[in-house]
Amino acid sequence: MTLVEKILAAHSNRETVSPGELINVRVDLILANDITAPLAIKEFRRLGIDRVFDPEKVVMVPDHFVPNKDIPSAEQAKMMREFALEQGLVYFEVGEMGIEHVILPEKGLVLPGDVVIGADSHTCTYGALGAFATGMGSTDIASAMATGDIWMKVPPTIRFIYQGKPGKWVSGKDLILYTIGDIGLDGALYSAMEFTGEAVDALSMDSRFTMANMAVEAGAKAGIFRVDERTLDYVKSRAQRPYTVYEPDDDAQYARTIEYDVSTIEPQVAFPHQPSNTRPISKAGEIKIDQAVIGSCTNGRIEDLIIAAEVLKGRKVNRRVRCIIIPGSQAVYLEALHRGLIQTFIEAGAVVSTPTCGPCLGGYMGILAAGERCVSTTNRNFVGRMGSTESEVYLASPAMAAASAILGRLASPEEVAG
Amino acid sequence: MKLKGKVHKYGADINTDVIIPARYLNISDPGELAKHCMEDIDREFIGRVQPGDIIVADTNFGCGSSREHAPLALKAAGISCIIARSFARIFFRNALNIGLPILECDEAAGKTDASDILEVELSRGEIVNTTKGVTFKAEPIPSFMLELIEAGGLIEYTKRKLAAGGGRS
Ligand code: SF4
Repeated sequence: MTLVEKILAAHSNRETVSPGELINVRVDLILANDITAPLAIKEFRRLGIDRVFDPEKVVMVPDHFVPNKDIPSAEQAKMMREFALEQGLVYFEVGEMGIEHVILPEKGLVLPGDVVIGADSHTCTYGALGAFATGMGSTDIASAMATGDIWMKVPPTIRFIYQGKPGKWVSGKDLILYTIGDIGLDGALYSAMEFTGEAVDALSMDSRFTMANMAVEAGAKAGIFRVDERTLDYVKSRAQRPYTVYEPDDDAQYARTIEYDVSTIEPQVAFPHQPSNTRPISKAGEIKIDQAVIGSCTNGRIEDLIIAAEVLKGRKVNRRVRCIIIPGSQAVYLEALHRGLIQTFIEAGAVVSTPTCGPCLGGYMGILAAGERCVSTTNRNFVGRMGSTESEVYLASPAMAAASAILGRLASPEEVAG
Repeated sequence: MKLKGKVHKYGADINTDVIIPARYLNISDPGELAKHCMEDIDREFIGRVQPGDIIVADTNFGCGSSREHAPLALKAAGISCIIARSFARIFFRNALNIGLPILECDEAAGKTDASDILEVELSRGEIVNTTKGVTFKAEPIPSFMLELIEAGGLIEYTKRKLAAGGGRS
């Protein structure tokens, strides 16, 4: 069995499972946010029961439109807060908050071998920890909050092997953008993506989160990494409960195996209006930008901010560009403060926001006008994603976003920082 | 269950951001959401759609965010069924869970035009294009999912399961 099949078998009390089988899976953690929780709560109430199956296994995070951007958002956040407190769920108020997919791993709430379902498509981020994590809708979450289990179809696994040594400015973001560009928006539809190979072994945890995060952009049900020393290092100081490390069998069956030589991959940028519309930066041409956003559940972690600061240090953001930097959590914010990154950003002429999803989904804190272009470290650039349907979003790494902010056009970090 | 309606035709990769833009996600009332359904790719949709109408699309319909607001908005706008070459998996679950029937059918997606009239027999997976006088066979809905639809969606199904002493593992 593959890694994913091992985890699913263990959570459905079966010796083995195989792709295509419909199984009932026990879940270790259930997640919802200020957009999806209100619908889930309404549906939960219809079930006619009073309590969730286990309050310690249900997490609610206000992150999309908080601190509340307007009155309707305030109502939604209030509904979620009241339910979370009434039920005694795991809940983070704004002073402790962050983007769900940044804080759950950070707080040790997701551990290797877990099955996690979340009413958010980027729940797949936790695959970086060797967990099986997948996004669902609010009704699925409502049902799972009641029963502690969920129906699922066992996905086939596609194995991606990354060989070689990446160039200086090539990050996890570039590898995943390259991969999505190669296989397309539905290249891994209904499947799990397993990321392996020497280049992946050398990646930091933050870069692995970035890659797993965007598995859904290729249609995947989950993205997953094997647990190694780096994973265990990350988890050790955070875990407050036991966990199990699963390994794929030597004779595991993969639907496909795709190999890449990362030494030939340049920094990537996804052009509007699809994450799969990627090009190497050398083929981007002259694209002037009005805004740069560095943050989100894809690239709002400390490594991302360190790299952005390396590029921005001692330089100035182009005077035509709004550079918006959003740490993914209060912990990331605090560490950036200790390291002097926040000062670097402000001196460079960037604005630094409290953690929030904000502009990533066109909520607030950086909405685009018609005709404007933004280079962003987020994960989607669909029509109207960050504001006007006549605006454009270009997806890239934090290094490229920072370099572009300085030059006022899409630019390779190499041009600025060598 | 037999459905009948006029076709609205779309291409590949219709994502949930265009089905219902995030700027409306501070509301969750289906009727309110429906007013803005599809407005970022098809401004005329909401003026044109009639109760019972059917969407026919290419591959990967409903990709992107997990927002259940997307199938809810489509259903509240009057859409009775969606037929596509393939669906994004979260959208697939969400649609079934809220009782919006969806069918995968390559042939129907390829040979149906906007404004054609379709008749759909869900349990048999049969799609009749009465405008063109042709019949298509969709991928059969797995029996477990038919059970879900017949129960009236996942919540009703879970209610039954809880009543029978299931779940709470
Ligand atoms: S940062 Fe963007 S992609 Fe991530 S959870 Fe928030 S809205 Fe979704």
